[in-house]
Amino acid sequence: MSTVKLTVNGKAVSAEVEDRTLLVHLLRDHLNLTGTHVGCDTSQCGACVVHIDGRAVKSCTVLAGQAAGSTVTTIEGIAKGNELHPMQAAFRDNHGLQCGYCTPGMIMSAIDIVHRHNGNLDEATVRHELEGNICRCTGYHNIVKAVLDAAGRMKVAQAAE
Amino acid sequence: MGVEGIGASVVRKEDRRFITGKGRYVDDIKLVGMTHAHFIRSPHAHAKIKSIDTSAAMEMPGVVGVLTGQQIVDDKIGNLICGWAITSKDGTGMKMGAWPAMAPETVRFVGQAVAVVIAETKNQARDAAEAVVVNYEELPAVPDIRAAIKPGAPQLHPEAPGNVIYDWTIGDEAATDAAFKSAANIVSLDITNNRLVPNAMEPRAAIAEYNEPEEHFTLYTTSQNPHVARLVLSAFYNIAQEHKLRVVAPDVGGGFGSKIFIYPEEMVALWASKKVGRPVKWTGDRTEAFLTDAHGRDHLTKAEMAFDKDNKVTGLRVKTYANLGGYMSLFSSSVPTYLYATLLSGQYNIPNIFAEVISVYTNTVPVDAYRGAGRPEASFVVERLMETAARQLNVDPAELRKKNFITQFPHQTPVIMAYDIGDFHASLDAAMKAIDYAGFPARQAKAKSEGKLRGLGVSCYIEACGIAPSKAVGSLGAGVGLWESAEVRVNPVGTIEVLTGSHSHGQGHETTFCQLIAERLGVPISQVQIVHGDTDKVQFGMGTYGSRSAAVGLTAILKAMEKVEAKAKKIAAHQLEASENDIVIENGEFKVAGTDKSLALPMVALAAYTAHNLPDGMEPGLKEGAFYDPTNFTFPAGAYICEMEVDAGTGKSTFVNFVAADDFGRLINPMIVEGQVHGGLAQGIGQALLEGAVYDSSGQLVTASFMDYTMPRADDLPSFKLSHTTTLCPGNPLGVKGCGEAGAIGASAAVINAITDAIGNNKLEMPATPDRVWHAIHGNA
Repeated sequence: MSTVKLTVNGKAVSAEVEDRTLLVHLLRDHLNLTGTHVGCDTSQCGACVVHIDGRAVKSCTVLAGQAAGSTVTTIEGIAKGNELHPMQAAFRDNHGLQCGYCTPGMIMSAIDIVHRHNGNLDEATVRHELEGNICRCTGYHNIVKAVLDAAGRMKVAQAAE
Repeated sequence: MGVEGIGASVVRKEDRRFITGKGRYVDDIKLVGMTHAHFIRSPHAHAKIKSIDTSAAMEMPGVVGVLTGQQIVDDKIGNLICGWAITSKDGTGMKMGAWPAMAPETVRFVGQAVAVVIAETKNQARDAAEAVVVNYEELPAVPDIRAAIKPGAPQLHPEAPGNVIYDWTIGDEAATDAAFKSAANIVSLDITNNRLVPNAMEPRAAIAEYNEPEEHFTLYTTSQNPHVARLVLSAFYNIAQEHKLRVVAPDVGGGFGSKIFIYPEEMVALWASKKVGRPVKWTGDRTEAFLTDAHGRDHLTKAEMAFDKDNKVTGLRVKTYANLGGYMSLFSSSVPTYLYATLLSGQYNIPNIFAEVISVYTNTVPVDAYRGAGRPEASFVVERLMETAARQLNVDPAELRKKNFITQFPHQTPVIMAYDIGDFHASLDAAMKAIDYAGFPARQAKAKSEGKLRGLGVSCYIEACGIAPSKAVGSLGAGVGLWESAEVRVNPVGTIEVLTGSHSHGQGHETTFCQLIAERLGVPISQVQIVHGDTDKVQFGMGTYGSRSAAVGLTAILKAMEKVEAKAKKIAAHQLEASENDIVIENGEFKVAGTDKSLALPMVALAAYTAHNLPDGMEPGLKEGAFYDPTNFTFPAGAYICEMEVDAGTGKSTFVNFVAADDFGRLINPMIVEGQVHGGLAQGIGQALLEGAVYDSSGQLVTASFMDYTMPRADDLPSFKLSHTTTLCPGNPLGVKGCGEAGAIGASAAVINAITDAIGNNKLEMPATPDRVWHAIHGNA
């Protein structure tokens, strides 16, 4: 057992976990942040994507101990109070989700995609970049629309800041 | 239509919780004192269990119990059932072998559970499972249909000689043979409908809690139909009586059919929760999903179509072998029979059809309904034959279809179904226009000049949805009625709760069902709450599958609404001293037509509950229930056209365009309907290009992870061009037909027709991987 200290969604947290504990299980089982999902056991599906120090990472590929001292943001941490993150709003407005299970990971990956491309995205780039996130419901059509829409919204939001 | 009424693309109410990480799936639930289960599963496809030694595991840290298949048999827990009786052509019943929830003696597929460890934590359960020693005696395995039907093949179940479960026929054999004898042309095809793994993104999970003093169980589970789960668990499995079992299916992360069925794990969780006296949680991992979720499709078919000299279809003859796996899952028997062969007429006037279906056991995971369930297989047979015929007869594939379209309705096919309405010309014309069908030869020539092979593929599908008229399915062997139930409660303050037996696992019922209420009463959807997925709340329900939630589930809500409205009008008329015939409902108000007198819904509701001034003899309250049983199936239909470009050097196929023109009748929420089509198309395209479950000769599932089984990813798919044509379904008052399965039913034939057109070789199996396409172009040299 080890004590792992890290910052999650802006709060300093500490948890006593087995050394083999994965970050996703620290989040779900110890911190009750169940928005981050587990959809596979081979790091393929991306349902568990969170941000570690600002970068999208599959939290099932990271030991909790490896995340010690880092800043983690989960799906629960991206809205500002009642104000949705532009990516969340774009997923809703473009019907970019159905069962909702892959959605948190999709949104976290998509935010990172927009950041890495400075918001300059086209359909082909979005489809290529979403390679690490599997959705079985939407056929990706509306997810791609949502990400492109959000890229525009995030640019506007950035310009306003 | 109001802004939130029928026909409006209302943004989904349920989305906020999903996009903020506040969805509540089974694995998110924790109960006080909860333990964790881990199953010990067979590594062999076929074996005798010689012994199971649990002693070392019992001593491992945190272990609460280790339970085996023998114990579940000793406790007289019932075997899993198949709920649809199929009769063979010789009049005998289907030959069903026993399927205990955990195997006491014999395992028949890799992944079948033989024991379960219950421990304080999930990791402790996994660790202890490693210490359970199972001795197997391996038996020769039957990994596929061809092996199963070979003379002298190893036998799976003593009840089923030759591994044949049933040999069933439909249609008039003699008349069909005669049609072939007098045919001007005959087209034939051998078709493999590849085996698919549903792969809902949320793995199956269950939490069972037993309340000893009350002798009451609660089961949280990933189900598309919690009431059916409760019924089956209580009526057949001897675990709990129906009134002592609550089944809750909270947010469920996709189903696609795979979460219809009652699986061994839920049974074991319930039984174990009583054995160990603690709540028991099991969450499957993805490997377990591959190994134990019911798979889909898996047919071998020989199909022939007869044409007269005018290219009119005169006959269709089909022989299909269907793989049902090692055991018969809940609805497995009906999928390759009544959900398949009854759709073999497609959109065409085919006077003579005969089909024979032989279902067999193999040492693979059970096969059951997967999105479309039988209808994709039927549509693929018919549409591949049509395209092949057009090439063989040297006529335009769209023209050949149009020449044979059914144009008069109702239309009785030779295979049970009576199509109520449709306009197949309209949908094909719409699709042809959308893809610029006329311009294709020029595009093909241009592609050729650039060294690329370009092809066009048409697929005109029809499906039987709105499952199903109870009397009809009962006469065909179904063990249940397939009506739906609903309740509408107007609260004393005028807010509304709608309780439905339908279950949403991505379909958006919490929005679309509200839209009906908004349409009828003119109230905002924020005033309406949809309640589903809990047998303690909802009176009953048959659940969601077979594109039935709008046609059957929503109609049940409408029936309850009509009763509520009738009573509310009486109350309003009494309060307003008017005749109830003069009361009209507008914008949430009950108005006396032609006057300025009105009463808002909350006032009517309050009057109903205070009961101070109700018409003589009226009961207080404003709440009504309804059961709705459809009179026929619904028949969504449409036309898909796919344009593909193939690189002859690599065999890689690339989408140029994919257009869909669907007729779903009235659309409640076009945005949600289109989302359903997108997802269905992705699954149909996945089957055509990417997906296929592969068992090796020893019965090991080679494709048991996302590393090995190719799920469609964003860059495998195009954006789709959708359109709609409309004939209103006459079978239900809303005129709706259902949209959940269409894409999966129609897409695969369009894709294969396009690729085979491009490469000029009609022999191509699914999934049409670059390797297969390359060999189809260049031969096997």
